[in-house]
Amino acid sequence: MTDFLQLVISGLATGAIYALAAIGFTLLWQTTQTINFAQGEFMMLPAFFALAAMRWAGAPFWLACIVAILCSVLVLGIGYKKIIIDPLRGQPGLAVVISTLALAIFLKDSVKDIYSAEAQPFPTILPDTMLSFGGVNISLAQIGVLVVATVVILVLNWFLTQTRTGRQMQATAQNPTVAKILGVDIDRMVLYTFLINAALAGMASLLISPIYLAKFSNGEVLGLAAFVAAIVGGFNQVRGAIVGGLVIGVVDNLAAAYVSTAYRQAVPLVLLVLVILFRPQGILGRKEERTV
Amino acid sequence: MSTLKRYQFPALIIALILLAAMPADLTGLGIPWTGFKRYGLYIISLWLVTAIAAMGVNLIMGYAGQETLAQAAFLGIGAYTMALLTTKLGVPYFVAFAAAGALCFVVGILLGFPALRVQKHYLAFVTLAFAVFVWLFIRNEQWLTGGVFGIQDVPRPVIFGIKTRPPLVFYWFVLFMTVVLAAVMWWLLRSPWGRAFTALRENPVRAESLGIDVRSYKLLAFAVGSAYGGFAGALYAPLVEFIDPAPFALGPSLYYLLMILVGGMGYFLGPFVGAAVGVLIPEWLRFTEGLAPIIFAVIVMIMVALAPRGILGLIEQLLTPKRRPHSDVTGPTLGAGATLTKSSAEKVTS
Amino acid sequence: MKIDRFGFVFGALVLATGVAMPAMAQDVIKIPNIIELSGGGAPVGQMWKNGSTMAVEEINAKGGILGKKIQMEFVDTASDPGKARAGVQRALDDKPMAIFGPIYSGSVNVTLKLTNEAEVPQIMGGEAAPLTAQGSKYLFRTSFGQNVSMPKIAQYLKDGVKAQTVAVVYQNNDFGKGGRNAIIPELEKRGIKVAADLSTEPGQADFAPDVVKVKAANADAIFVYLTEEESARFLIEAKKQGVTKPLIGETTLLGQKVIDLAKDAAEGVKGHVGLTADADNPLVKDYDKKFTAKYGHRSDHNGMKGYMAPYMLKAAVEKAGKWDPKAIAAALHGLTIDPAKEPGILLNGTWDENGDIDRESYLAEVKGGKQVIVQTLPKLKP
Repeated sequence: MTDFLQLVISGLATGAIYALAAIGFTLLWQTTQTINFAQGEFMMLPAFFALAAMRWAGAPFWLACIVAILCSVLVLGIGYKKIIIDPLRGQPGLAVVISTLALAIFLKDSVKDIYSAEAQPFPTILPDTMLSFGGVNISLAQIGVLVVATVVILVLNWFLTQTRTGRQMQATAQNPTVAKILGVDIDRMVLYTFLINAALAGMASLLISPIYLAKFSNGEVLGLAAFVAAIVGGFNQVRGAIVGGLVIGVVDNLAAAYVSTAYRQAVPLVLLVLVILFRPQGILGRKEERTV
Repeated sequence: MSTLKRYQFPALIIALILLAAMPADLTGLGIPWTGFKRYGLYIISLWLVTAIAAMGVNLIMGYAGQETLAQAAFLGIGAYTMALLTTKLGVPYFVAFAAAGALCFVVGILLGFPALRVQKHYLAFVTLAFAVFVWLFIRNEQWLTGGVFGIQDVPRPVIFGIKTRPPLVFYWFVLFMTVVLAAVMWWLLRSPWGRAFTALRENPVRAESLGIDVRSYKLLAFAVGSAYGGFAGALYAPLVEFIDPAPFALGPSLYYLLMILVGGMGYFLGPFVGAAVGVLIPEWLRFTEGLAPIIFAVIVMIMVALAPRGILGLIEQLLTPKRRPHSDVTGPTLGAGATLTKSSAEKVTS
Repeated sequence: MKIDRFGFVFGALVLATGVAMPAMAQDVIKIPNIIELSGGGAPVGQMWKNGSTMAVEEINAKGGILGKKIQMEFVDTASDPGKARAGVQRALDDKPMAIFGPIYSGSVNVTLKLTNEAEVPQIMGGEAAPLTAQGSKYLFRTSFGQNVSMPKIAQYLKDGVKAQTVAVVYQNNDFGKGGRNAIIPELEKRGIKVAADLSTEPGQADFAPDVVKVKAANADAIFVYLTEEESARFLIEAKKQGVTKPLIGETTLLGQKVIDLAKDAAEGVKGHVGLTADADNPLVKDYDKKFTAKYGHRSDHNGMKGYMAPYMLKAAVEKAGKWDPKAIAAALHGLTIDPAKEPGILLNGTWDENGDIDRESYLAEVKGGKQVIVQTLPKLKP
């Protein structure tokens, strides 16, 4: 039983990070109908912004974190939109898929060649103190990950539902034509989603790197997990992405412990297929979200 | 229909003669050309094998408007079928070759049948899961597949007493098989069946109203396309003479999307152009000491931005005088789960 | 204007080829280095590349080998056996004197027949046991094969740790699975029971379930056979879950990189180390200093393997007395290279008729954030 709890809690911590990336997927899908196949690399890169700021500019860790988020918003938000997505507007969706696949390779190998091919230790925001609850060991850092992810998600949810800009963004996502007629600045709203996606990826990167170590190839695993989480949760719902992320994190851990370590990667995908066949809109997704 | 398509056939014949003669040593014929060495022959054979698998993807995506993220997995099924049947059971080459294709066809039906019941992009997601599962299976079931150590010494066949072990002979054999498979594809696309799903691609609603059973056509296209992956695998195994799980993972499957798009989706020769980009450019770039992936990625991003309909699409656009009507039906608009225009095909849910 | 530019480019080209020509002349020997520069093996390949580059620069600075300078050509295998095969094929078409690499055992496995057929010596970094058992007369190791290191580990588990049951954690690739396949019979031969046999993925990030399973097995010792980063992640998780049983490993568990990444979670880890920049040996210490100064980070065992390869070639060519692939391979069989005569080889080593290496190795322990050599194991056949 303590083993079980141990696995669930560490799965929730990992799942919270998947959720952050899955939310980004969902937002971009809603507003631009594009899937970012470089999302995993978006979660890898910001940690290296921070490392670079510390190594080459001598910045303290807190400043490096701010630099990482800002660079992330600049490069992975504005840069990504202007350089990769905007030129492909009106082109077949496959063009975006291929371009982001190439972008993934580009980011990965650039980090490898410019920074290092080796995994890098990454400082934790919270101390690595171990807390024990009836045999279940949890590190303070893990709790921190859960808390930070929850706060970020709550703030985002508040922003999307309670503020004027947030509601305009939702309107843009659900029906751009009507939103435009109602006077919403669609281009600005789309840009906001890119910025939010980049900021979330930056947060996820800073949270996950102390646990996973910062490495150029980290995105391969993370991107697929976040993608599966987004589909399982429901591609058209922010809440769905959160549930999807947590479910995938926990299921992955339990599968490795109780089913088979060799086939652990298959279990979330089996879940994916079951969801597709029996609940195609995802666990929390709405059917026919977009009606034109 | 278009300028490019009119020139396809004669160009093909010339290309074939060139392809057959180019790698050979022609000094005996008085031509000062010594041909390709083993490495050159290997690469050009690999290009053809890749093109066969890409032809399958082109059928599924370019003609039938479906999505597959599992072509490398089908290549793997074909390659392992070939390797196991020939090394462990001593089955004749062509029997194993047919078995590889047939197995992929059946798996394609089994996989596509439930997936096509639900919404449009879900075939893409199901194939994604399938691709990962096949890879895990090959890696973990060492008793059957050799696991991460792979299978060594896959034999090259002896055909009518001709040993295909020498690289040049095997290249000619691959070329011959490619021509046969391309001819079958050509015939398929011009048969009533092929015309039906060209109609389907151009206007799904109309096709449906004309009584075309959209779902079974899509299913067949997916199964046939997957079988081409199996055939390619059955040639890949004896080409490399060794197989292991790496080339059959999810990443290489995504690579086929790239080749199809860059070559020109829905063009008969698109897979050959795409495979050339996907196989030859990384080989040339290998001497950049590890910078190859970056250069390749930049080339691809630029190509996609400049020629979103692929190289053949760009050539066609340049050859056609500027009187093109602005229609969006020439290519399917859907990628792997991504779409910019909501297509009515998405309503195929019942 | 157009013609001018054409003329300029043409002139520049002629000039460039003219300048390049002398370097291409006969006194330069090209050695293709087919290694893992991208993909999962990139860190390994980078180390090897740095090590071998440093060695070749030293050799060339001292006049080369039999008066010929060495020029290396690096070719990427993308960590993929199929691509490695193509790379070696291409290199062999140019009839080289020798080939360096690959480092991944799977890639060596598919190329060793090619070099054997072409009769070109291949100095590589693979450690899987079966590589040298396939009868190639042209394959040479730069480090212990698992056929040598695993019996040493098993003996250590029996005598040093006094374990009766062992949990084996390995990585599911040719390196990890090869090691697992080599150690299990060695353990059983010594009457040690295998309490758990756990496969993990290369690049795996979260080891929580694996550690839960290891704990459940309740073995006397845990044998961890993962590459460096995965080792570090495993150790961090093991510490978190309060694993108290001894953690035993090979070179990749005790390296400086693992200690840097896992910090105090690596404390107390023990095992057998084949090659290490921490060895108590003046030549190795000197190498460590040079490498760190040149590249800004320390060398691991793969850097040392890469560094030794050109010196192995040098010793063999000098013994053969001529540049000839067949003679080089023949000279390397049964050759003992003494660091007293050839300091670049760092450690006294002997290559047998299979290309396997015999040299001293170490039992080590992580103490105070450093690898400490506890005991030096002598050569098997001194």
